[in-house]
Amino acid sequence: MSKDMMRAFELYQPESVENAVGLLGRLGSDGWALAGGNDTLDWFKDRAKYTSSVVDLSGIESLKGIRETADGIEIGALTTLTEIESSPLIQERFGILAQASGRVASPQIRNTGTIGGNVCQDTRCWYYRYGLDCYRAGGTTCYADTPEGQNREHCLWGADRCVAVTPSDTAPALVVLDARMVIQNGEGEREVPAEEFFIGPEIDIERMTVLEAGDLLTAIRISNEWSGSRFYFEKVADRNTWDFPLVNIASAMVVEGGVISRIRMAAGAVQCVPRRLTVVEEVVTGSAPDEETAALAGQAAVRGAIPLNYNHFKIPLLENLVKRAIRDS
Amino acid sequence: MLVELKVNGEPRSADVPPETTLLKMLREYLNLTGAKLGCDVGDCGTCTVIVDGVSVNSCLMLAARANGHEVTTIEGLANSNELHPLQEKFEEHGALQCGFCGPGMLISAKNLLDKNPDPTVFEVRDALAGNLCRCTGYTKIIEAVIDAGRVMNAEQANS
Repeated sequence: MSKDMMRAFELYQPESVENAVGLLGRLGSDGWALAGGNDTLDWFKDRAKYTSSVVDLSGIESLKGIRETADGIEIGALTTLTEIESSPLIQERFGILAQASGRVASPQIRNTGTIGGNVCQDTRCWYYRYGLDCYRAGGTTCYADTPEGQNREHCLWGADRCVAVTPSDTAPALVVLDARMVIQNGEGEREVPAEEFFIGPEIDIERMTVLEAGDLLTAIRISNEWSGSRFYFEKVADRNTWDFPLVNIASAMVVEGGVISRIRMAAGAVQCVPRRLTVVEEVVTGSAPDEETAALAGQAAVRGAIPLNYNHFKIPLLENLVKRAIRDS
Repeated sequence: MLVELKVNGEPRSADVPPETTLLKMLREYLNLTGAKLGCDVGDCGTCTVIVDGVSVNSCLMLAARANGHEVTTIEGLANSNELHPLQEKFEEHGALQCGFCGPGMLISAKNLLDKNPDPTVFEVRDALAGNLCRCTGYTKIIEAVIDAGRVMNAEQANS
C-alpha cells in the first residue's frame, strides 16, 4: 500500500461552533469532526474508514483554552494535551489530569492531540483497526476472542461480542474528577457526566461514546469538588513513549483524621469504558490508606474479572496499581 | 485549495488537494525533502517539523491546517555558509549512523533548545521521546544535544 495517501474528501474549516454544529448537523453520518487528527488520519491512511466530508475544528478559537469558572474550570475540547499538561491551574487543582495528559503518546502527538480527541478516539483493537469486518465494524465476528485470537491487550470486563478496550489515558482521570462533557448539536447544549459519556458494546457496539452524528463535544467542565485532593495516576505500557496503556489507574482521595473519607477511582484499558472501581471505593472508605487497606482494595478491584486467552497478566497488574493508588497517593 | 505558509522564514504556497498532509506538501509541492516519511502514523517522528513553535508530526497534520502558519523544517537549520550548532555536534559526536531519523531528531532537539538551552539528560530524553532511532541507541544523540546547548549558550553570552 502506498503511504501518506488518503482518499479524497471535502474539507470544511468553520470558524465558529455555530457553523461547525450546523455543518455536522447537515452532513449527518457523512460528516467527520477533525480535532488533532492523530486518530483520524490513521484511519484514513489505512483506508479502514472513510468519510466524504471532514469538518476541521482547528480554526475555532472558542474551543481552545482553559478558563476558570465560578465553581471550577472549563477546558475547551480543542485544548492540546501539552497545554493541559503544563497548565499551572490544572497542575495545582487537578494534578491527575495534568499527569495523565503528559503520559499520552509522544511530545509531537501531545502538541497537536486535543483533550476532546483523546476521549473520542476509537479503540486500538488491531483486528478492528486493520479493517476486518468484526462486530464493531458492522460484521458478525470477533477476531480477537477466538482460540487463536491475539487478545493480550483486550478486556477483563464487559465483553459483549466485542472485547476491545478504551485506549485513553485522560478518560479515567476525567471520570475520577467527575467531569462534565459539554455536547452541542442543532438542538442546543447538554452536559453528560464523564462516567456516562463512554459507552460499551452492550449499548452500541459501533460507538465508544454517546456522541451521535451531528453532536460536537465542545468543552469539559470540572468542578472544584476534588480540587487539591490526594491524586494518583499511573500508566503501564509496553513502551514508555507513544504506546497505549495495558492498564492505567486514576484516583482522587480525601483523607481526614487519618482515614479515607471520600474517594473515586477508575481504571482504563480493562473494559470498553473507563472502569469506575466503586467496589474499591466502598471497601476503603473509613479506613486508613495503609498497606492492609491497599491489599484489600487490590483484591476487591479484580473480583469478577474474566480474562481472555492472553490477558491474564492484567489481573495482577490492575491489583498492584490499585494497591499503589491507595498506599502511595 | 491554496495553502500559504511561511517556511523557514520565506512565504511559500501551493495548490493542494484537501487530503494532502503537511509532509506531502513540503516534500512534493515545495521540494523540501528533508522531513522524511517513515511510519506514516506518528510513531517514528522522522517527519517532525516545527509549526508555530511546537514540534508536530507533519504526516498527521493536514496542509490546510498549517495555512497561514509558520513552519520550520530541517532545511531551515543550516545556511549555505555554516551548520547549526546541533548539526555540528551531531557530526562531532557521531550521533547518526544511517541518518534517516536525523531530520526529525534535529528538529525535536532544536525545539527543545529554543525553549530550554541547558537541558538535563532526562529533559533531552523526554523531548526526543517521539523520535525513533534504530541504529545508535541514543546515547551519542543525547550527548550531542547537551553539547550543542552549551555551545549555543556560550555564543549567546558572547554576542
